[in-house]
Amino acid sequence: MKQLMLGNEAVARGLFEAGCSFVSSYPGTPSTEITEAVAKYPEVYAEWAPNEKVAMEAAFGASLAGRRSFCGMKHVGLNVAADPLFTISYTGVNAGMVIGVADDAGMHSSQNEQDSRHYARAAKIPMLEPSDSAEALEFTKQAYEISEQFDTPVLVKMCTRVSHSQSIVEPGERVEKIGEYKKDIPKYVMMPGNAKRRHPVVEARTAALTAYAEETELNRIEPGADSKMGIITSSTSYQYVKEVLGDQYPVLKLGMIWPMPEKKIREFAASVSLLVIVEELDGFIEGHCRDLGLACVGKANFSNIGELMPLTVAQQLSTPWAVGAKVDGEIPPRPPVMCAGCPHRGLFYTLKKNKLTVLGDIGCYTLGAVAPLAAVDTVICMGASVSGIHGFSKSQQGKADGKTVAVIGDSTFMHSGITGLVNMAYNESNATVIIVDNSITGMTGHQQNPTTGFNLKGDPCAKIDLESLCRAVGIRRVRVVDPYDLAQCDAAIKEELAANEPSVIISRRPCALLKYVKHKAPLTVDTDKCVGCKACMQIGCPAISIIDGKAKVDATQCVGCGICQQLCKLGALKEV
Amino acid sequence: METKNIMIVGVGGQGSLLASKLLGKLLLTRGYDIKVSEVHGMSQRGGSVVTYVRFGDKVYSPVIDQGQADYIVSFELLEAARWTEYLKPGGKIIVNTQKINPMPVVIGAAQYPENLVQKMENAGINVDAFDALSLAEQAGSSKAVNIVLMGHLSRNFDFTEGQWMEAIEQSVPPKFLELNKKAFTLGRNA
Repeated sequence: MKQLMLGNEAVARGLFEAGCSFVSSYPGTPSTEITEAVAKYPEVYAEWAPNEKVAMEAAFGASLAGRRSFCGMKHVGLNVAADPLFTISYTGVNAGMVIGVADDAGMHSSQNEQDSRHYARAAKIPMLEPSDSAEALEFTKQAYEISEQFDTPVLVKMCTRVSHSQSIVEPGERVEKIGEYKKDIPKYVMMPGNAKRRHPVVEARTAALTAYAEETELNRIEPGADSKMGIITSSTSYQYVKEVLGDQYPVLKLGMIWPMPEKKIREFAASVSLLVIVEELDGFIEGHCRDLGLACVGKANFSNIGELMPLTVAQQLSTPWAVGAKVDGEIPPRPPVMCAGCPHRGLFYTLKKNKLTVLGDIGCYTLGAVAPLAAVDTVICMGASVSGIHGFSKSQQGKADGKTVAVIGDSTFMHSGITGLVNMAYNESNATVIIVDNSITGMTGHQQNPTTGFNLKGDPCAKIDLESLCRAVGIRRVRVVDPYDLAQCDAAIKEELAANEPSVIISRRPCALLKYVKHKAPLTVDTDKCVGCKACMQIGCPAISIIDGKAKVDATQCVGCGICQQLCKLGALKEV
Repeated sequence: METKNIMIVGVGGQGSLLASKLLGKLLLTRGYDIKVSEVHGMSQRGGSVVTYVRFGDKVYSPVIDQGQADYIVSFELLEAARWTEYLKPGGKIIVNTQKINPMPVVIGAAQYPENLVQKMENAGINVDAFDALSLAEQAGSSKAVNIVLMGHLSRNFDFTEGQWMEAIEQSVPPKFLELNKKAFTLGRNA
């Protein structure tokens, strides 16, 4: 029966139908729902790993053991997993292994917009690129066939618009695949002597895959009425080309983006007067065409910055396209903000008040950088706050002591903050790390992690104790504060910064959006007491505004956290 | 059938994902090709959010670009004004007149524009503005704004009220079914 499915759910369905029985992933927008959806099939073991490297190595282990396996991640997660990626390319697989990676062109929820297709080429691993949910399901299944036929891990590359768009799929049945582990030291033990013998195998495999790319239906030519122009495209860009141009010009749609065919592209190019490459982000297909000595139009016309959109295709390919009317005057932007009642707010207010240099990290609390809090100095990648503060503080030879903190979330700390903390203990930093523990992986939509006590399926499981963990690596000063209590936060931060050794403060309160969190009644403003001093406005709470010179609390948003109350010296903010 | 395009815009957290889910359920049983494109992640935290719903004989692009939308359903007034360029000539904006200040306005770095409905009309836009929040509260919860708006949108299509109600049944938990049905009817009759 036809169903409407997110691209990510369709990948999950593909995993299920292909007989995949082991999934290990780390959440990351826009990849997260693949793993959440596959966890609903009881036939598939699925878990959240602490990071993408662990997930990929676990998936490799399962493949080695004879089970079809998968790991999913966002584009920057593939950087974390790049180490195993390049060497699993050499060992190949036992049972099929598929790696899902989702790019975020336009950076809806990311810190960069790298193009993951380069990894396929660099690691010499085939990559499939579906353009809608039906293809996401089919390509995922085919990825396992390619993986086993060519003895290679296979990348399935998604992007925001394929991952987060629902389109129609027709689900099929699951076929169980159970293999056996076979010991094979020359294949699986990548020490130099063996790896030297595997590298030529990888090169031969790429040649065989190139021959496959010539024949496979993954790469198809769709005829067009006019051969004045021919377009090579893939993924969501294909949909935009068809949206704008329909069947006007011939299209070579690449479903297998690495390795790319040579003969097929040459023949297609020869059949049209002008070769145009339409692709999102970098000129990856274009580069291949130029390597083949083919003249083409590509990134000179289509930017390598941001998402490609249908309008751009229309404008660049001279297709008439009318746009709607614009309203007179400025429309103020609406950037994302910390939610009303967010436990991070009180902490960042305290950091700002103390005029500290804050090395931030990846999560909802990155929003601590947004005005009016503006309390974050740098954000790079997962874990960089802890490693970064070590370098910052050491290089300042004491001058940064007492003025600098790192802020990292519970899930991000488990992902890659812990190794930075080991470095701080081992190499004796004098700096303070604040773990904002909201008992969930928040930004990606509430995923469990090793500190929450629940697994991906929602079942109770082992819970990492952050205090013990920090003490075990050698941090002697570890304390817990409630970020709803500003005085307590302030005192703890002052004391830890004054200490002459590294310390950890755990700012602990569950995310206000968690279903089990009980909220208090919204606060109200005593307009007789309120003088409109805006003290309550310093925290950037979306539930408070000043209207006609008085504070006003939006009762639909306020959860009664009471932080604004602590800032009001006149007692104008009251519980009902 | 030529592809129909509906954009649902609003503020992250207002419940646009449920509205698009409802439309998806409704359209799937009618045999259309459908694409629904959503935004997950950071912008869901109080930022400007947009969902695209497209249906017809064959739908390619998952997104609606400028000049393509037959309908823009806006959960908030400023957000309606933000997306007018996406409207097709002859298209319509259905807007909840509720105002939610964005952070630049809250902290005084920008002004919330005045008379936005008038300004949209002055630009030649067909605007259908009404207070969906009050109707949602009347139905029993301010959170039902999304279904009130779907009820109002439904007036523009030939689908029967029964078909819409069936889609609501498939989209909301039984506990909230009555509330949502009431919200839908209030929106449809508004």
